[in-house]
Amino acid sequence: MDYEIRLRLSHDYHGIVGSGRHLVRAVPAQIPGRQNVGSWSLSADPLPRERFDITDFFGNAGAILFHDHAHGAMHVRITAKVTCFGTSVSLDISPDLERLAAEIAAHTSLSPVAPHHFLGQSPRVDIPDAVARYARTQIFEDATVRDIVIQLGQALHRDMTFDAQATTVDTPLIEAFNKRHGVCQDFSHIIISGLRALGIPARYVSGFLRTEPPEGQPRLEGADAMHAWVSAWCGSDIGWLEYDPTNATLIHTDHVVVAYGRDYSDVSPIKGVLRAAGGGKSSQAVDMIPL
Amino acid sequence: MSDTVSQSQQGAKPATSVDTVTSEQDAVQHLLRGYQRLKGVSDELFDAQGKMRDVWRPFVSHLAGLTPDGVAGRFHRGNQYLRDTGVFYRKYGEESASERDWPLSHIPVMVSDTDWAQISEGLIQRADLLETVVSDMYGDNRLVAQGHIPAALVAQNPAWLRPMVGVAPASGHFLNFVAFEVGRGPNGQWWVLGDRTEAPSGAGFALENRVATSRVFPNFFGMSNVHRLAGFFQTFRETLNGLRDDSTEQIALLTPGQMNEGFFEHAFLARYLGLLLVEGEDLIVQDGRVQVRTVDGLRPISVLWRRLDASFCDPLELDETSKLGTPGLVNVARQGGLATLNALGTGILETRALMAFLPYLCRTLTGAPLKLPNIATWWCGAKAERERVLANRNNVMIGSAFAKRLPHDDPDSIAEGAQFATKSDAELEAVLRSHGHDLVGQEIVTLSTTPVWADGGLVPRAMSMRVFLARTPEGWQVMPGGYARISTSPDAKAIAMQAGGSVSDVWVLSSSKVPKVSLISRDHGVDGARSKPENLPSRAADNLFWLGRYIERAEGSMRAFRAHYGLRADGVAHDDPLPSFIRSQVMLSDGKTANALASEFEASLNGAMGCAARIRDRFSVDGILALKDLHQSAMKLSKDSVSLEETAPRVGILLRKVTGFSGLVHENMYRSTGWRFLSLGLSIERAAAMATILAQVLDPDAPDGAFDLVLELGDSVMAHRARFNSSATPYSMIELLALDRLNPRSILYHLTRAKEHIDALPGASPNGGLSPAGRLALKAHTQLAIQTPATLDAAALLALRSQIWALSDMLSARYLT
Repeated sequence: MDYEIRLRLSHDYHGIVGSGRHLVRAVPAQIPGRQNVGSWSLSADPLPRERFDITDFFGNAGAILFHDHAHGAMHVRITAKVTCFGTSVSLDISPDLERLAAEIAAHTSLSPVAPHHFLGQSPRVDIPDAVARYARTQIFEDATVRDIVIQLGQALHRDMTFDAQATTVDTPLIEAFNKRHGVCQDFSHIIISGLRALGIPARYVSGFLRTEPPEGQPRLEGADAMHAWVSAWCGSDIGWLEYDPTNATLIHTDHVVVAYGRDYSDVSPIKGVLRAAGGGKSSQAVDMIPL
Repeated sequence: MSDTVSQSQQGAKPATSVDTVTSEQDAVQHLLRGYQRLKGVSDELFDAQGKMRDVWRPFVSHLAGLTPDGVAGRFHRGNQYLRDTGVFYRKYGEESASERDWPLSHIPVMVSDTDWAQISEGLIQRADLLETVVSDMYGDNRLVAQGHIPAALVAQNPAWLRPMVGVAPASGHFLNFVAFEVGRGPNGQWWVLGDRTEAPSGAGFALENRVATSRVFPNFFGMSNVHRLAGFFQTFRETLNGLRDDSTEQIALLTPGQMNEGFFEHAFLARYLGLLLVEGEDLIVQDGRVQVRTVDGLRPISVLWRRLDASFCDPLELDETSKLGTPGLVNVARQGGLATLNALGTGILETRALMAFLPYLCRTLTGAPLKLPNIATWWCGAKAERERVLANRNNVMIGSAFAKRLPHDDPDSIAEGAQFATKSDAELEAVLRSHGHDLVGQEIVTLSTTPVWADGGLVPRAMSMRVFLARTPEGWQVMPGGYARISTSPDAKAIAMQAGGSVSDVWVLSSSKVPKVSLISRDHGVDGARSKPENLPSRAADNLFWLGRYIERAEGSMRAFRAHYGLRADGVAHDDPLPSFIRSQVMLSDGKTANALASEFEASLNGAMGCAARIRDRFSVDGILALKDLHQSAMKLSKDSVSLEETAPRVGILLRKVTGFSGLVHENMYRSTGWRFLSLGLSIERAAAMATILAQVLDPDAPDGAFDLVLELGDSVMAHRARFNSSATPYSMIELLALDRLNPRSILYHLTRAKEHIDALPGASPNGGLSPAGRLALKAHTQLAIQTPATLDAAALLALRSQIWALSDMLSARYLT
């Protein structure tokens, strides 16, 4: 499936900002076999004084933008042409939880895709007792890891309401979980917390979701802004499996990956530090159009 | 036979000497009457056989020979030094932190050369091992790949900083300055209790302890062969200098700021070693370099000794919640443009669970065992170790695998350990199984005891010692001394300073004469003779500027307060026109009581204290102490209940103290750019305040007596009497307090001074012309200078005040932000 993706990230400041430094991680990733990025561009207005492109530990691309002159607003525009091959749906040959633990222990590598990075706590994902208990009650005994991911995802989709007003970008996952309301970021953090509580390595995926669905299908939640979902490690044979808990679906060709990380803090589309008094307003505009 | 002869020939002298020996033995016995050693615990003063160690003998004899008053006097001298220098520590309470006296135990810990050689050798081996381990953790990760370290211990460790993976440190090494906590176990062996690799603290405090202790025992210290510490710091400074890109650059020391418990030490070390003390906000990344924002523009640095934990150093790529860091710093380090000491990420070596693997790693990587063992540690992520911990649960403390503090030194760990201790075997087993990766068991430490002074004698208290190592081009150098921490009880649990523990100096005694070095001597020819650029960070200048403004503001409030209560004591009623005028027009306060009105200047003094605390490295100790004294007196006044008659004289005392402080500023401070900002703050505040008051008393509605009042507020009653034969008139008042360039209370005097300062600031004459601030200062000054008392009316005064404030804003924008 071919797409044209257009993203605009905007910061409108209250007052004038003296200088600012931003890290932008919003360009679709080149992932052999999963998606191919054709031409792409990233531009900022006003023009930054300096720009530096980096690749982080997990292999995500980022651009550091430095503005040193006074400005009242900043916009980042990204365009990309992406071909999405989707992930192949294979036979479920994932292990049960006990065997999974043994497979993790046998895995002696710290490569960016090693399961060890995605267990335990990370800056924005803790493992509250309530979430751990919830996760344990939603799964069948002796289920395979792949089944558990789907069961837990379906349970969250059933019990949680998509609600853009209920939470902000900084709401702790336990608060969203207690409210049973939130957006894709909350859904993703909660399922990551639950999966890790069960001993399943789980990572956060940020990306884009097809804006308008194919004919006859409902529009998916979360398409107006950048989207997030989860990727779980289902043992050495299957490896990483992506799942969208907000829409309770496995990933095919409607999702384009931007970045993988332990949680939102590793992959936030734009992160900035300003020398300024007062805050500002941020907004996003996204289009992902099939070609 | 000849012996007898010689004895008798010497007459009475030998007999006295026998007396002395006996009385000296008595005195030693008396000194040690309360020294009850514990069974199964080593002691520093006595060896396992109960014999006093040789290294202590001369000192104990010396101490025994002192009278109780003599001892008290000496201890007082040490304490006085610490107070005069302003050494304090910050105690974190339930609600707030407060500064407390430095808890020095005056009796140093004596260590022999032979013990020291053993400790040094062991720690150097350990430092090298840690360098190997950390370079693998941020490099190829072979130790994990080969199964020597569990992957989880690295991957799930918050101290493993992923942005630094694959980055070679610009200094060539990950570790450049490390510390180890060591103690002596029950078998007499020295043990390593903890590794300090993130941003080790204590070396500066050790130096202060040394100076204080040498003042307690000046003659004894001078004659004994105690290894001196200055050489260690000298070599470290030379090493830092050698790492710079450019020899004109200054080396910066990065501190978390004045609220941190180590801030005093950071300021002290910056001063002692000639480093630039900076906070994260002083730095900015531009043109691929880390630069200091100074009043003279950006100044690049290439070496940063950081005392800030790495995760806080850059909110963009590390802990996003950090308010202490510098965005972009990581990227510069990644490009090799900044050497941070230690490298960002080395904190992972402090992970408690790593101690479980170091003995094995040492054998595997070097083929030799650790020369100094570390406390036995078991990581509960592995089955055999987990069972071992369960079986020995009474001798083991269970805690977080990723914790970095020493188990006996961390109230959280002690509480956590106590929680585990209440669990049944089955419960504990379940926890260890489900959360084993996150937990370690560590042998409960038994530390040796060392003498401390109590009730006129010595008593044993548990002790651990921090030892510092610095990397030099020739390899690791060990500071021959240390920072001993002493428990309030014979056991180790109350060793933390926050729990009331104390600290002492460590004397390493040589069997031969030791060389004496001082930091000044060797540098003289190197770069001591060349003056270094001032590099005044904008934030420091801002604090100096505001210190000046707050002090002047406090003085103004005090003068108004004194005038108010002078009137009241003379029988003028609270609501009479003049006191009401003072309150509403000058003090801008509707306070009813003296205490409420006094809180006005207390608030200004709080502001001044806050500014001074942030620039401890640039402000004289005398200045800080004078300010503290002033602040304390003011606080007392705003709380005490004082009679009406007493109130004005009490604030008179405060005013003399303020004047003393201003005198210190103008008579004792070096005429640096920093001093100019302080003096500018005073002048701008005083000029603006005087313009305001004069405009108010020129108002036709001003009450009777307002002209005399303004002379009093302007401290110019005497000058007026000398210059004019009449009582105050609008003419004489304006002449004296606005236009007289010889009166240090007049507006013109301060505009003249401000203009001089502004013309001397960096960048004051771009291309030979005037800077915008210089232009405004000249304009304001000229416009005032051409006035006469007839033309300078209230409107003109208020316009002048606006100009002064605009000048202040302009200075802030150009130099201070």
